[in-house]
Amino acid sequence: MVMHSSEEKTEHRSGKLVMDQHEISRALTRVAHEILERNKGTEGLALVGIRTRGVYLAQRIVRRIHDIEKVQLPNGELDITLYRDDLGLRKGQPTLRKTSIPFNIADLKIVLVDDVLFTGRTIRAAMDGLMDLGRPQEIQLAVLVDRGHRQLPIKANYIGKNIPTARDEDVQVFLDEEGEEDRVIILKAEWGGSP
Amino acid sequence: MNLKHKDLISLATLSAEDITLILETADSFKEVSGRDIKKVPALRGKTVVNLFFEPSTRTRTSFELAAKRLSADVINFSPGSSSVVKGETLLDTARNIEAMQADVIIIRHPSAGAADTLARGVKSSVVNAGDGWHEHPTQALLDLYTLRERKLQFKGLKVAIVGDITHSRVARSNVHALTKLGADVRLVGPPTMIPRGIDRLGASVHARFDDALREVDVIMMLRLQLERQSRGLFPTIREYSKLYGLNADRLKLAAPGAVVMHPGPINRGVEISSDVADSLSSVILNQVSNGVAVRMAVLYLLSGGN
Repeated sequence: MVMHSSEEKTEHRSGKLVMDQHEISRALTRVAHEILERNKGTEGLALVGIRTRGVYLAQRIVRRIHDIEKVQLPNGELDITLYRDDLGLRKGQPTLRKTSIPFNIADLKIVLVDDVLFTGRTIRAAMDGLMDLGRPQEIQLAVLVDRGHRQLPIKANYIGKNIPTARDEDVQVFLDEEGEEDRVIILKAEWGGSP
Repeated sequence: MNLKHKDLISLATLSAEDITLILETADSFKEVSGRDIKKVPALRGKTVVNLFFEPSTRTRTSFELAAKRLSADVINFSPGSSSVVKGETLLDTARNIEAMQADVIIIRHPSAGAADTLARGVKSSVVNAGDGWHEHPTQALLDLYTLRERKLQFKGLKVAIVGDITHSRVARSNVHALTKLGADVRLVGPPTMIPRGIDRLGASVHARFDDALREVDVIMMLRLQLERQSRGLFPTIREYSKLYGLNADRLKLAAPGAVVMHPGPINRGVEISSDVADSLSSVILNQVSNGVAVRMAVLYLLSGGN
């Protein structure tokens, strides 16, 4: 998830559409195939979505993998709030939600799933969070959108779409699970600063 | 939603929403306490000071554990080892601690109002861990959290708080919070142990235990402070136990599935019989383990944001 998501912004619903419902659907199907191809099947594989939108995307990918391979992969939800490096720098506390990973991650190949890959700080926090839960054999990363501007040396294994952006632009992902029509838009952010 | 307070001094000043936020946040920390590695880096680099002017191993340890599970650095001060014995005032002690870059000061003090005085005098967040007969907000919050686990909602919940209400800061904090959340609170105890005017807080007052027990969902027993017995607030411990002690027979008067709570330490056979304290109705040990999660939530919420 981007560090500055819709919760901090004034109501923006307009902006340049960069992915519509069909494009998101096709991208997730392709990511599901790529995950299977890279891992040579589903053996020892599990998906963990980063709250909130990463969870929905992980569930969609799990369903697609089920459609393709007829295998139901373990699927968990990770809240990275306690691993963020900006507590106290923000105006208010980020909302804390529960981590729910109902399987032992030790020795599994975990595919972390998030909506937007931006600075890389969320993914660093997620990897720290995962490591505290056990020792996975491998961590891979799947994102719907890679918008660039990394502040940490982190690279995704599976990318729905590369969307080059300016620093002062913002990428927002809307999903059906949140009562919105599936779409990704790009807009000029009001905050304009660095996270 | 944010906790818009610098300090946690009293539940009287918190809204129902604030209380709910703390309880919901504690849920996440309970999950952390259930892991193999019970530690998260949320308060890394922060310093938490335990300033205990009264002995309390249980509460101090619970706060210390909560702070350590959040990766904060913890310093313990007790009056015996500080300059208080040399005549330093509370505020001077606190300002010195603050000058050591303390982010949160947790204070227990025998005088009501000490935590509030401290909070007004320092920039650090202050958590009241019990001030005189005034309040003990985190104990009440962990009671509420434990109740929420068992009973799911507070609205309409019938709760009896039994014992020495006058000298109980836990009872006072619980009355504030439970009435705010919509529970029906009944206070039970010898008339000498019920402060005048407490019914103004929205609780009903009962002298007869058996009457007040009917259909209650929760029985919150208070510790009988035996050290106060010399002041003649009741004739004998045996009589107190007969009139206000909770035993298996009495428990049958309450609603089916009623929950028994006690802030500890228990005087077995005085305010509560051993069979009840160890029964399935008792959530006394759950209260202790939930205490760490609730205190983690409080420290986290007070430390987050500017």
